[in-house]
Amino acid sequence: MAKTKTIKIKRSPGDQLVQAIIYFLVGAFALATLLPFVYIVAGSFATERELTERAFFVFPHTLSLNAYQYIFKTGDAVKGIINSVFVTTVGVTINMVLSATFAYPLSRPYFKGRTFFTNLVIITMLFTGGMVPTYMLVANLLHLKNSYWALWLPGAINPFNMLIIKNYFQGLPSELEEAARMDGCNDGQIFIRIILPLSKPVLASVALFYAVTHWNSYFNAMMYISDSSKEVIQIVLRRIIFLTSKVANESNFDWGAFGMPPQKAVKMATTVVATIPILCIYPFVQKYFTQGVMVGSVKG
Amino acid sequence: MSQKAERFVPRKKGVTLKQAYRSHKWLYIMIIPGVIYLLVFHYLPMGGLVMAFQDFSPYNGDTMLGAFFHSPFVGLAVFKKFFTGPDFIRILTNTLSISIVSLVFYFPAPILLALLLNEIKNMAFKKVTQTMVYIPHFISMVIVAALTAQLFSTTDGLVYHWLIGVFGKSHAPDIMSNPKLFVPMIVGQNMWKETGYGTIIFLAALSGVDVQLYEAAEVDGANRWQKMWHITLPAIRSTIVIMLILKVGTILNTGYEQIFLMQNSMNRTVSDVFDTYIYTKGVVNGNYSMATAAGMFKSIVCMIMVLGANKLAKLFGESGFY
Repeated sequence: MAKTKTIKIKRSPGDQLVQAIIYFLVGAFALATLLPFVYIVAGSFATERELTERAFFVFPHTLSLNAYQYIFKTGDAVKGIINSVFVTTVGVTINMVLSATFAYPLSRPYFKGRTFFTNLVIITMLFTGGMVPTYMLVANLLHLKNSYWALWLPGAINPFNMLIIKNYFQGLPSELEEAARMDGCNDGQIFIRIILPLSKPVLASVALFYAVTHWNSYFNAMMYISDSSKEVIQIVLRRIIFLTSKVANESNFDWGAFGMPPQKAVKMATTVVATIPILCIYPFVQKYFTQGVMVGSVKG
Repeated sequence: MSQKAERFVPRKKGVTLKQAYRSHKWLYIMIIPGVIYLLVFHYLPMGGLVMAFQDFSPYNGDTMLGAFFHSPFVGLAVFKKFFTGPDFIRILTNTLSISIVSLVFYFPAPILLALLLNEIKNMAFKKVTQTMVYIPHFISMVIVAALTAQLFSTTDGLVYHWLIGVFGKSHAPDIMSNPKLFVPMIVGQNMWKETGYGTIIFLAALSGVDVQLYEAAEVDGANRWQKMWHITLPAIRSTIVIMLILKVGTILNTGYEQIFLMQNSMNRTVSDVFDTYIYTKGVVNGNYSMATAAGMFKSIVCMIMVLGANKLAKLFGESGFY
């Protein structure tokens, strides 16, 4: 006992240094993920002059809501957010219904044909038709251009998410199901009354994964949606960030005392507005998603 | 758990599909929508791969579907044209350089961060930093591109102005448009976005390690590195292998969204990858056969890589992907 104690005391200073370095590295990485957001949020409330004069700041000297006023007056970002909320809500509903109903039979050992249907999914994970045939199917064969169905249908089941749900269903104790069967429930009733309520954690986390995918999706919207009244927020954001001149040229807009459009601040404010909704749901589902990811290892 | 349960299910030999359907009708009804989805949106496009063997033009038939039957078959001519064409080597080099750099730097990053987080004993600090590093995963690529522009652009980038202070006006790296910095920028964005979230799966594996193992090692006089080498790393080895298999399978998949967003006229020589090539050739220019052939090549390589890596993992005694 005494021996181990002396050893501990001996290596203590070096070990403490290592410990300090570890804390520093983790803290530095965490700060590096956070600082860009801090800069953007702070900048979105600053005046254009302060943004050009000062480098990095957390609190602007003069608080200005000009950028947000601009966003809400021009309306593009607001329209984008409303559209995105709609696309995400309906999209996640479709995702969850299809994924859960597909996962449940696959999770039952007595379901004949289970291997066949599982392989049907695994094959799509290994081999795909690729972008062009899918695009032709959606745009030319199903004529879904400029329809939100083009954003909802092609990715309606994500194999990984479906397998996460399936693994969770598989892990539920079978006694409850047997008891329900004794009481005369059929498979459909067992699914709705027993399995789904028990699976809230995994359903919440998978719904979050799907919601994030829909909210963040840019490329599909760019490919399939050209009608400007149906633009989603990511499209609007991209346009505002990368086409600076458009903001500057809006000469018919009254800038009041400032005389010019707050370009930099508008970009920042749009970024903030596009980020906030997804960050709002994050704390509510955070307790679920770590749980969900742990349960659903990638193994089928 | 599930395997054990399966063993107790009586295996009735003579159960026909008809009988199985009768006793579990709802299961078969439930699976129908998903099966229809898979057939229409995954298997039907696989049929579209026939374009790679045709001189396909949508004007060859009255309808788009008719064009498939009326376009002439040309064997492997499209592939030959693709492989010998001026673009193949360029996009292959660009794609592979992004993949290899990200395999070397981006793949190990979450493992390292998970190992660091595992050493942290202050639970409050651990929880706060974990919550912070998960956030970028939920941010869209458009916002990542926007942040990059706001930090690194030569006109109003915050970091760029600092870099001018460090390197001088003429030597400050222009990350947004310098072709040499394109690959580091792409990999750097991914590392910033996904490293934190990537730790979850490793931390989950680590949470299953019995604390007594560490205590026993400490009694035996093991130091920090020995504990990490003999206890922590073996605990996450199979997770690392599975993640590596999945990563290797995406070697030609650089993701079109990010590349597309960061592509500009200055860096086009290094930023054209398979995914952007397929999009431009097929969707924008309407050269369906060529783009389909390129996509099919990519898909086949991916499949071979995953199956090969899986086999290799099993050869070394790991459980593999499936």
